[in-house]
Amino acid sequence: MAGSADDVASSGSSDHAEEVVHVGEATAGTVRVDEALLRELVPAVISVLGRRGADFASAEDAVQEALIRALDTWPDDPPRDPKAWLVAVAWRKFLDAVRAESSRQGRELAVDAEPPAGPAPATDDTLRLYFLCAHPTLPPAAAVALTLRAVGGLTTRQIAAAHLVPEATMAQRISRAKRRIADLPLDQPGDLATVLRVLYLVFNEGYGGDVDVAGEAIRLARQLAALTDEPEVAGLLALMLLHQARRASRTGPGGRLVPLAQQDRSRWDTALIAEGVAILQAALARDRLGEYQAQAAIAALHADAPSTEETDWVQIVEWYDELLAITDSPVVRLNRAVAVGEADGPQAGLTALAEVDPGLPRRTAAAAYLHERAGDLARAAELYAEAARVATSVPERDHLTREAARVRQLLGP
Amino acid sequence: MKYLLLKHYRGGPAPAVEFTPMEKWTPEEVDAHMQYMSDFASRLQETGEFVDSQALSSEGAFVRFDGEGRPPVTDGPFAETKDLIAGWMIIDVESWDRAVELAGELSAAPGAGGEPIHEWLEVRPFLTGVPGGTD
Repeated sequence: MAGSADDVASSGSSDHAEEVVHVGEATAGTVRVDEALLRELVPAVISVLGRRGADFASAEDAVQEALIRALDTWPDDPPRDPKAWLVAVAWRKFLDAVRAESSRQGRELAVDAEPPAGPAPATDDTLRLYFLCAHPTLPPAAAVALTLRAVGGLTTRQIAAAHLVPEATMAQRISRAKRRIADLPLDQPGDLATVLRVLYLVFNEGYGGDVDVAGEAIRLARQLAALTDEPEVAGLLALMLLHQARRASRTGPGGRLVPLAQQDRSRWDTALIAEGVAILQAALARDRLGEYQAQAAIAALHADAPSTEETDWVQIVEWYDELLAITDSPVVRLNRAVAVGEADGPQAGLTALAEVDPGLPRRTAAAAYLHERAGDLARAAELYAEAARVATSVPERDHLTREAARVRQLLGP
Repeated sequence: MKYLLLKHYRGGPAPAVEFTPMEKWTPEEVDAHMQYMSDFASRLQETGEFVDSQALSSEGAFVRFDGEGRPPVTDGPFAETKDLIAGWMIIDVESWDRAVELAGELSAAPGAGGEPIHEWLEVRPFLTGVPGGTD
């Protein structure tokens, strides 16, 4: 038994989501809070306060306070009904805030102390929260933060840690975002495209703290897929699952980057892949293709292949063509050029690359790779070194520096 | 006391040892160098002296105000002759001597042939926010 704790500890940081223990389950004399359950309850509790007449900004603040209180007190004193507890505490916090505001303004604000809960269905409320928090008027970073707090149920401290900024900065970012959306008419339909973009940002951006932000993004996409009937939502969920399945194999010892060709495919999570593929197939069958479905299709083809050599690159290029037709993005063009290099040979890849915006940071790295494949090692070594100089992340820079050294060694002294 | 250890892409005193640029090292030498840097940071985390470490891109520009209603003036990319900061580590240590000792260790990171690169690091004490001395 002594080894089991070590096994868990050594299994990697991506497993935080599995550390969840249900409320009431005792470990070593104290009770661990089921943070996942808490997070799931947050949007519903905000909605309850909203139905009782609270405005979104105040309701969200009150629920955040109740959430912090829950994290603090539940370990010693777990509630029998977590949701009822959160509603009661949040409502009290809300009323306190209203009273403080009233006395500051010297007048009574009209809020009933104990109004009845409205009959509005909770799913619509949660969906409305997604749209509100990812509203097109919000800058992406603010939408990400607000979504994580109001829909995801994370604390400001956790969101700040995930983005490596001070907690006060994150608190300010969130309250400014709330002020910005305070006067929006509530009957306007939201923009699903921005909601999806924000969730994808959440999935890709978290890198600090002890919360598995990518896992949270998947949970939010899952929940959104259950609330809507849009193939693109399913496409995004499938894309996330297929990337998540490969995550552990993408970094080696010391956080070094492991490129696709060298990844240990036996470490890919086959259950996640199967789930992602099934969700994608159901979405594609509805014949309403979008960018996330197309990206997921490419990820699925990679996930399906036993090696880079045995990958169906021809079909991947076709999917990139579909993707380009939907969204003419330079990054897609770049990735397509690399895929063309695999499907039709490095010269074809270089020809495709010639059409890609030279200002793109990863373009030089792709050029280095294609020149190496074409046998021009001297040029490849130069380009890898150049790519390392313009890299935008430390792991990429270090990886490209190693690639430059590797190719130079092949060249000989 | 907090100190900033500044690493430069170029600039500073003349190199003590002309070391081979990193892009000419073998993959093993590159690995050994990166391992040394990451071990150094981990060791300072264990001793409770590590605060922060960041790397900077060699891209960027100088920027200044150019008058009301006019866009800021930029001067860049950086000229080849200019001093260029590559990154920093912030440490919180007992004394200047300890800061110098640690900077010396960091500068001993191995390069080509496993030899220390003897790189110059700039060590700068932070000004504190709290007035010192007694009234």
